Amino acid sequence: MARVELTRHLFAFFPDLEGRALDVPGDTVADVVRGVEALAPGFAFYVCDERGRLRQHVNIFVGEERVSDRHGLTDPVGPDSRVLILQALSGG
Amino acid sequence: MSETVLVGTRKGTFLVTKSGGRWTPRLVGHQGVGVNYVARDPQRGTLWAALGHGHWGAKLSRSDDGGETWRDAPQVSYPEGARHYLPPPPSETGPGEGKPVLKPATLHKLWALSFGGDGRMWIGTIPGGVFVSDDGGESFELCRGLWDHESRGGDLWNGEGNGTTKWYGTPAAEGEFSPGLHSIAINPRDPKHVYVAISTAGVLETTDGGATWRTRNQGLRMEYAPDPTDEWAGHDPHYLALCPAQPDHVWQQNHCGVFYSSDGAATWTQVDAKEQGVHFGFPVAVDDRDGRTAWLVPGVADMQRMAIGGGLFVARTTDGGKSWTQLREGLPQESAYDVVYRHALDQKHGVLAFGSTTGNLYLSEDRGDTWQTVANNLPPVYSVRFA
Repeated sequence: MARVELTRHLFAFFPDLEGRALDVPGDTVADVVRGVEALAPGFAFYVCDERGRLRQHVNIFVGEERVSDRHGLTDPVGPDSRVLILQALSGG
Repeated sequence: MSETVLVGTRKGTFLVTKSGGRWTPRLVGHQGVGVNYVARDPQRGTLWAALGHGHWGAKLSRSDDGGETWRDAPQVSYPEGARHYLPPPPSETGPGEGKPVLKPATLHKLWALSFGGDGRMWIGTIPGGVFVSDDGGESFELCRGLWDHESRGGDLWNGEGNGTTKWYGTPAAEGEFSPGLHSIAINPRDPKHVYVAISTAGVLETTDGGATWRTRNQGLRMEYAPDPTDEWAGHDPHYLALCPAQPDHVWQQNHCGVFYSSDGAATWTQVDAKEQGVHFGFPVAVDDRDGRTAWLVPGVADMQRMAIGGGLFVARTTDGGKSWTQLREGLPQESAYDVVYRHALDQKHGVLAFGSTTGNLYLSEDRGDTWQTVANNLPPVYSVRFA
């Protein structure tokens, strides 16, 4: 089970997720996004577009590594991984 | 909600209501979020807002209680297998550049909402697709007749079609240079008869509810094209509207002037008057009953998208564009540099309202003769629609 942490910005749209331990199963980042989607329908379309690609101004980190496959989200996730989903800081 | 104005801004949704003789805005939802368009389904009473989250994409939001509470609606998304030819960016003119690229389609912007007398909801998007809902917004379907139009390459679901597109793009696309469908004008007498306007492709018309479409660009002039009157010159209507009581009377404020048609967009006549300041702008509003009467909010030109001479005015014609009157009473005439976007002027039963990117909102209850200030410090205004 990966432990998912979300930027507080996403709690504005999914308030039920705030304060919860988000432990979701899966071997890849795509699995993790699907796992959160199961808890909060609509979540995946905030983070990814309809082709499953990470949105341009969204970042996901596994541990301290930023995901490398922004199109397929195939980056592996271990059983104890910490997965951080947040908006890209785009300045100003 | 007859005396309510729905206002979409860069920082949220406002309702403007009249109470005690005074129009007052109130922030009711989507605080901090860009709201491209807010509209009311006249049959069901649902309010709809087209949102543009900076990071999180385009989202549709709805309110079933008159705007007091909002929730995410079922979302619009391009189906698996939807592809399109992206026009080359204007900057690409070198060897090997400038060819359209076939790419999977994703939603970039929800830009326009419209409702037909048959209960159908229509949504215009970037990259140029129209979505329809026949179940009150519970589900949305891409209008394949328009998406697969020959002018966009034809059927691209199982091949490369005819290999090219005659549609160009818009800088409003937020991330890619692709076409923007911003106007959906439905004939009140026949909900299967619909015009759409696209930056930059021009006008298309369907009379069978979206199954087939034909171009309606005859008479338009695209000044920046080698042949300005070519059907596919990259025409850039900024907004298209028709007269509800006389739907053959159709207007467009175009990038290259003002165009009017009294024959259902079969032919367009250029009716701007540069000496009156009537040429460039974004919105146009048409009278409910008289198709010859329309209002504009002109700007200087495409190179100076601002009020002319520091004074804001609305231009009105009552004779199909043969003559124009500048309406200035109550509007600022010094140090005003407002520009009014394509969806930010509306008219209903002789009451007009418009909002500017400077955050000013003005309203007239006498067909534009005199104006009152509703607000001066709103966020940049994207859309103004009577409920």
